[in-house]
Amino acid sequence: MDFERRDAPFVTPATDVSSMMREVLYALIPAAIAYVWYFGPGLILNFIVAALFCVAGEAVMLRARGRSVETGLSDFSALVTAALIAFALPALIPWWITATAALFAVVVAKHLYGGLGFNIFNPAMAGYVVVMIAFPLHLNLWAAPDMGDLDYHYLTLFETARYTLTGTFPDYLSFDSISRATPLDTVKAGLRDLRTFEEIRVNPLMGDFGGRGWEWIGNFTAIGGAWLLARKIIRWQIPLGVLAGLLVPSGIAYFLDPGVHASPGFYLFSGGTMLCAFFIATDPVSAATSNKGRLIYGLGVGFLIYAIRRWGSYADGVAFAILLMNLTVPTIDYLTKPHIVGHVKSTQDSQ
Amino acid sequence: MSAAPTYDLGKLHGGLRLPGEKSVSTTGPVLQAPIPDQLVLPLTQHVGNPSQPIVGIGEHVLKGQLIADTDGSLGAPVHASSSGKIVAIEPWPVSRRHGATAPCIVIECDGQDQAIETTEIVVDYAQLDPDSLLKKILQGGIVGLGGAVFPTAQKLMQAVTAPLDYLILNGVECEPYISCDDMLMREHAHDVLRGAQILMHALSLSHCHVAVESDKPQAMIALGEALGEIADDRIVLKQVPTIYPSGGEDQLVQLVTNKEVPTGGLPTDVGCVVQNVGTAAAINRWVVHGEPLISRITTITGGGVVQPVNVHARIGTTIADIVHLAGGYTDQANQLVIGGPMTGKSISTDRVPLVKATNCVLVLVDEVPLENPRPCIRCGECAEVCPIQLLPQQLYWFSCADNETKLREFGLTDCIECGCCDLVCPSHIALTADFRMAKARMRELADEKARAKRARQRYETRNLRVLIEQEKRDEELAAQKETAREIGPEAIKAIVARARKKSPGDQDEDI
Repeated sequence: MDFERRDAPFVTPATDVSSMMREVLYALIPAAIAYVWYFGPGLILNFIVAALFCVAGEAVMLRARGRSVETGLSDFSALVTAALIAFALPALIPWWITATAALFAVVVAKHLYGGLGFNIFNPAMAGYVVVMIAFPLHLNLWAAPDMGDLDYHYLTLFETARYTLTGTFPDYLSFDSISRATPLDTVKAGLRDLRTFEEIRVNPLMGDFGGRGWEWIGNFTAIGGAWLLARKIIRWQIPLGVLAGLLVPSGIAYFLDPGVHASPGFYLFSGGTMLCAFFIATDPVSAATSNKGRLIYGLGVGFLIYAIRRWGSYADGVAFAILLMNLTVPTIDYLTKPHIVGHVKSTQDSQ
Repeated sequence: MSAAPTYDLGKLHGGLRLPGEKSVSTTGPVLQAPIPDQLVLPLTQHVGNPSQPIVGIGEHVLKGQLIADTDGSLGAPVHASSSGKIVAIEPWPVSRRHGATAPCIVIECDGQDQAIETTEIVVDYAQLDPDSLLKKILQGGIVGLGGAVFPTAQKLMQAVTAPLDYLILNGVECEPYISCDDMLMREHAHDVLRGAQILMHALSLSHCHVAVESDKPQAMIALGEALGEIADDRIVLKQVPTIYPSGGEDQLVQLVTNKEVPTGGLPTDVGCVVQNVGTAAAINRWVVHGEPLISRITTITGGGVVQPVNVHARIGTTIADIVHLAGGYTDQANQLVIGGPMTGKSISTDRVPLVKATNCVLVLVDEVPLENPRPCIRCGECAEVCPIQLLPQQLYWFSCADNETKLREFGLTDCIECGCCDLVCPSHIALTADFRMAKARMRELADEKARAKRARQRYETRNLRVLIEQEKRDEELAAQKETAREIGPEAIKAIVARARKKSPGDQDEDI
């Protein structure tokens, strides 16, 4: 009898990129629900816009580069990029800004660097940073959560869609009436004005520890992240590194002088910390690859977030922290090469 | 009384917990395969040079008779595994990793299974000095039955030159599906332990670890009972965790002794000699019972056979002749693998004979074809499972770039091709196959370099030779001129005239 021939091993791999990326998307659902609950349906619309442009950009680039469009799109990485962009941008933002971020992310940061697996920078963060620098005005308008104000207005889908598509509100609404500074901005401005952190915290915007709404988004993001950890889609080194890199310096500073420093809890649960720790920094393509390297990479990201929030001019610092650490990845990888079994250890150490 | 297994084991990096799929083939006892009509005995069932046939076509041979011997270099003799007539010595399809065919001695069996007289062969090994015992083992045609098929005697002869601490018997059998060593230990535990005793005598060693994977409790019990009976406290049973590839030679040494076998080195460099349990049993059969390596237990398994089973078959029986013991092929059978699903070799025909190395005949069924490989996303799972702590993803990168320097630096030559990285790769990149090719390219390159070096040496030597000859000629010429000046022009003219007179015909040619 005759048989087919193949190469060993003859066991089917257990995972594939598509399902990994899909699970990352599922893991974002709890955070998305919290986001919509506090800040209106803008996130969903932004995701749709980002997804359309990410997928379109990906398809065009795959075709231009002579790759299979079907294989390229079915890995769902474009949708993960779109989701991260949607989470990074304010809930209320005109579509063309989202589109710019999406196209820059996929076309430039991803495909011009060689496509999935070859990009040095996290595409979503690269896209986000471009619009953050190019359109600072729009990027600083954040819708406010319900803080019991008499004039609070939960934005309807129609109102959000109108703003997303046209950049305008109906006559009865103005941006001033619905937007507030973010907790991160509030703390930064407050500390600059020589108020103590305790004074700043009285503001209902500050919520319990990380800012009203934001802390819950953070919680739900962490739940999604824990699920990814449990599913072994991400490993613990990067999340732990990011959180520790942020927690340790902020904890020391707060311990030494709680008056002029924000609490470590605030650092952890405000802004994009959790999203960064579990979903952005953990992008395998642009992160370090060895376990030790990942811990160092995470610590670096965490510390840079702290440094930018504390001393920088930007309120959050996630995107810059990620991009800066992306640059260090080849070096980290080189320095954390594991010891090959059977090779003499001392020569490895001296390298 | 049975010795309790011990657990103080070293650590192995990575590895995979694979579904065993072994119990399907261990439900019944080992079946004895019948004498086939025809035996096909390859002359290359071992590492080293092919054996030389010492029988002719038409000759009648007996079971256990030597039919091909080594040429004195690395190799192992081949014995007839049943009685019958030599009908051919010709190339035949085989299951070797390289090449599709090999020269084989074909025996038409007479069904008598008449064996040669063993009284002269059997000796009391305890009376032999280690050296003579090693020579004795060499004659038994015994090779490493764990899959490497390195001639055992030569491995031992090499080992005794190093300071040794431990003999390690490898009963780990970590690849899924394979259960022949498990069944051997269950049914022939005494043979295994006696083999260990012979090996210890040959190596002048007094410590032996018998390592058995934790998924073989019955084998462990059988060994424990047998050990209780022979009451040899030099032998210690060790249970090792069921993690693939803990049965690799270097990996097992690392597990049992917590020492890393140095790169490019051998277990003897850390004081260990590793032998497969099957090899130990075969040594016992040869030394104590006078039966050379002419049969072995092999597992016939996989979704492509009706009833997976272990069979005890004569070396040289073709796969087609034993598959009926497993109930034959199922309708879905479409791949034939010799060896396990991780490192085995896929072959195209079941006309290949069972050889000394054949521990498993795996028949696989049609599976959903995998999608095309996607680009590497640097997830690092491959590095996580690599037992050598290599960075397969980096190696893949360098292999695509054909960067030999980096491949060496990142340890491609240390890769044991276990296949773990393939299984965890979410992009379904055929890493192991790629590394195999990269290694082959590297070898080719090394060969080419060696050839180029030889050519350069030849060229330089030639240049040197030409130079020396030239100098010599110059010197001679100078000497002649010197002589000419000394004797003066008149004398030369006289010499020339004399020469012309002797051979007038040459004149024209001189011009």
